[in-house]
Amino acid sequence: MAAIRLLINGKSHDVEMSPDTPLLWVLRDNLSMTGTKYGCGMGLCGACTVHLDGEAVRACQTPVASVGTKKITTIEGLSADSSHPVQRAWIAEQVPQCGYCQPGQIMSAAALLAKTPHPSDEQIENAMVGNLCRCGMYQRIRKAVHRASLSAGKGA
Amino acid sequence: MGIDRRSFVVRTAAAGAGLLIGVRFPAAFAAVQENEKATKKPVANPFDAYVHVHPDNRISLIVAKSEMGQGIKTGLAMILAEEAEVDFKSVSVEQADTRPDIYTHMGTGGSGSTMENFEPLRRAGATVRGLMIAAAASKWNVSRDECEAKKGTVVHAKSSRKVTYGELVEAAQKLPLPDPEKVELKDESEFTLIGHATPRVDIPAKVNGSAQFGLDVRVPDMKFAVVARCPTFGGKPARFDASKAKAISGVRDVFEIPALGRDKFTAGGVVVVADSTWAAMKGREALDIVWDHGRGAAETSDSLNEELRAAASKAGKRLRNDGDVEKVLSNGGKHVDAMYEFPYLAHATMEPMNITAHARDGEAEVWAPTQSPDWVQRTVAEILEVPPNKVAVHTTYLGGGFGRRYMADYPAEVAQIAKVVREPVQLVWSREDDMTHDFYRPSACHNMRGAVNAAGHPVAWSHTIASTSIGGWWDPPEQAAPEKSEVGGALQMPYAIPNVRLEYNAVASVVPPLWWRSVEHSFNGFAVECFIDELAAAAGKDPVEFRRSLLVKAANWKPRFEDDPNPARLRGVLELAALKAGWGKALPKGKGRGIASYSSFGSYIAEVAEVTVKDGSFKIDRIVAAIDCGRIVNPESVRAQAESAIVYGLSAALKNAITVKNGAVEQTNFDGYDPIRINEAPAIEVYLTHSTEDPGGMGEPALPPAAPAVANAIFAASGQRLRKLPFQLKSA
Repeated sequence: MAAIRLLINGKSHDVEMSPDTPLLWVLRDNLSMTGTKYGCGMGLCGACTVHLDGEAVRACQTPVASVGTKKITTIEGLSADSSHPVQRAWIAEQVPQCGYCQPGQIMSAAALLAKTPHPSDEQIENAMVGNLCRCGMYQRIRKAVHRASLSAGKGA
Repeated sequence: MGIDRRSFVVRTAAAGAGLLIGVRFPAAFAAVQENEKATKKPVANPFDAYVHVHPDNRISLIVAKSEMGQGIKTGLAMILAEEAEVDFKSVSVEQADTRPDIYTHMGTGGSGSTMENFEPLRRAGATVRGLMIAAAASKWNVSRDECEAKKGTVVHAKSSRKVTYGELVEAAQKLPLPDPEKVELKDESEFTLIGHATPRVDIPAKVNGSAQFGLDVRVPDMKFAVVARCPTFGGKPARFDASKAKAISGVRDVFEIPALGRDKFTAGGVVVVADSTWAAMKGREALDIVWDHGRGAAETSDSLNEELRAAASKAGKRLRNDGDVEKVLSNGGKHVDAMYEFPYLAHATMEPMNITAHARDGEAEVWAPTQSPDWVQRTVAEILEVPPNKVAVHTTYLGGGFGRRYMADYPAEVAQIAKVVREPVQLVWSREDDMTHDFYRPSACHNMRGAVNAAGHPVAWSHTIASTSIGGWWDPPEQAAPEKSEVGGALQMPYAIPNVRLEYNAVASVVPPLWWRSVEHSFNGFAVECFIDELAAAAGKDPVEFRRSLLVKAANWKPRFEDDPNPARLRGVLELAALKAGWGKALPKGKGRGIASYSSFGSYIAEVAEVTVKDGSFKIDRIVAAIDCGRIVNPESVRAQAESAIVYGLSAALKNAITVKNGAVEQTNFDGYDPIRINEAPAIEVYLTHSTEDPGGMGEPALPPAAPAVANAIFAASGQRLRKLPFQLKSA
């Protein structure tokens, strides 16, 4: 067990954990931040995607001890009021069905747009290929990323 | 799935405050009803939903339908608001308590939620509207005809008076109820909600992490549990040593639970209870278990596939026999033989199976992502030995259902665990547990033989299905009808061919089978729609024209079988899909178009696939779908369901198979069973027809035509017939 301090969505949290524990389970079980989802435990589905210093990473493949002082952003912290351009685009395009994979999809899309404000279809595919959606809403995801890209470009 | 109009009843019951109306739905999901027959007593107060009009003008629709992405909470609110003449936003759909003594049908499945609810909810809404008008007319002492309901108010234009529904509830509650069969329904031309795209009410919570799925349930002092199950179906622990597991920090307890039999079909195994999910998983890894693999270890997919091919090649139980197929097939003419093969498939919902339970003295509380909360309740009650009404079941959002979440296996397991733990405990299935202990879409082999005559008309159609059987597995042996959930769509083969025969043989397997999205239509749609394409090619006819000429609705047409498709509606979507896809327009070399048109769950869907075949591989360029699902409630949801079912079906066509070795599933995670990803998903165009027929289902029926449309397109592009799923092209 180790005492670990994490900076999540702008707040610091102290947890006592075995250092190999994936960040995913610290968020979900220790801190009850359940927006970040468990899907596969092997980095294959992207449901657990969070940002570490703005980079999209799989929380299930991130031992809590490896996070250090990096800033963690989860779906709960992407915006205070669902106003992030990606969240607004997700509503406008009616992307989610069951919705379980969508926090991960949204975090992947937000990380993409932060670096590449106007991605091509191919860039969207490359950034989102690691996020499975069993409801198959890929066409809407693609449209929503383009829409978010436009609305962000307008300074929204 | 017949709908019994007579079962609709409306009656007021005592409301704390406001007006309360009970609604009864027609016969629900047939399979589940049969399942329920044995265990369920007749109920005294058989309502399926309540409409509660509150004094503050809000309307609650209290109903036991699970939201798994199909948008049902939105659709039901639309229907009610439309006829009640209230603002859509004033209606909230609330999850009913699990009270089978109150609600008779609590299940969600069979693409049935809109089909079942449409008419009863319209009548319930119209009843609310009628009562409000009557109450206002009486209050003002004017004729009802002079009053009009608008946006949750009643208006008397002549005197410019206006009163809200909330202000009328007390008076309305005292009025006699109209005959629900005679309430006046709105004319289609007056609809402002039904048929109009409406944003889903569940979506905002699904973009910010606040939507609570089963795995997100957090209860003070809860524990987390995982189960080590024998990888071999039917196997069990011979002995185990838990000392290393118990040494892991956070692990609280390790104990064995037995496998449970019919209806529950749990594997049993060794339970690890811990303070966190991760500690439970680490504890499970540290268990030393010696398995008794049992007789199931003898099964492999290769041997099963051989058995299936053999069973498809011999005579079976005859289910349809028009004319004399054998006579035609033993004569001349052009014959076509084809064998289609289908593997097991996993549901692979994004949220793995899980459930949370707290067993207390004489009662229990359960939080379940389930399609069947009443079955969860019965199962947990039985295992905890408490009355069902002492088990409170809370239905959460479902991270995908597809049929899998109808089952009572994970509820049974958590009850076994909660009985020991006595603290709130969440049972978590890892992805590996979910993939290797699913209930699978049956594996099947279809043997088809047909003939076309010199004029290019098909004259014989012989279809023999061999599959592992859902009915054969689930039903008590004395009731066994193994063909029951295996032949739908093949039995109703819609093309006008004079000599038609369908036979069925069940093949035994240790792999537990279940309804998978669209059930048997997932393979029967493929066999029927690929074979008709093969016959068209043998006849030298265009695939659309060939089908069109065989979809003839005679003046005296009547359904011969349950769910027999209306040939005219099927032809309608065939023509629309062909038109929208530009059927007949030339394509560059290496590209091809294929079509499939199919009816299931009361809806009619034709899909055209356009593919590019190059260097031994192929890409789907687009799918064009034409849909006649009867009356449409929310076109936005119809489109979304179509896109979803198409991608789900294409995952099976392109990539997915569950194979078995030594009685165990070989694929354990998304690396071995990888659904379609964004780079593989084709563009999908959806066209909806305007129809005033009763609503059909939309959760499943867009799935069956997807794979055969692609297979037929690949044939058009390359001359290769793909008869085995998932597809494998011969290299160039």
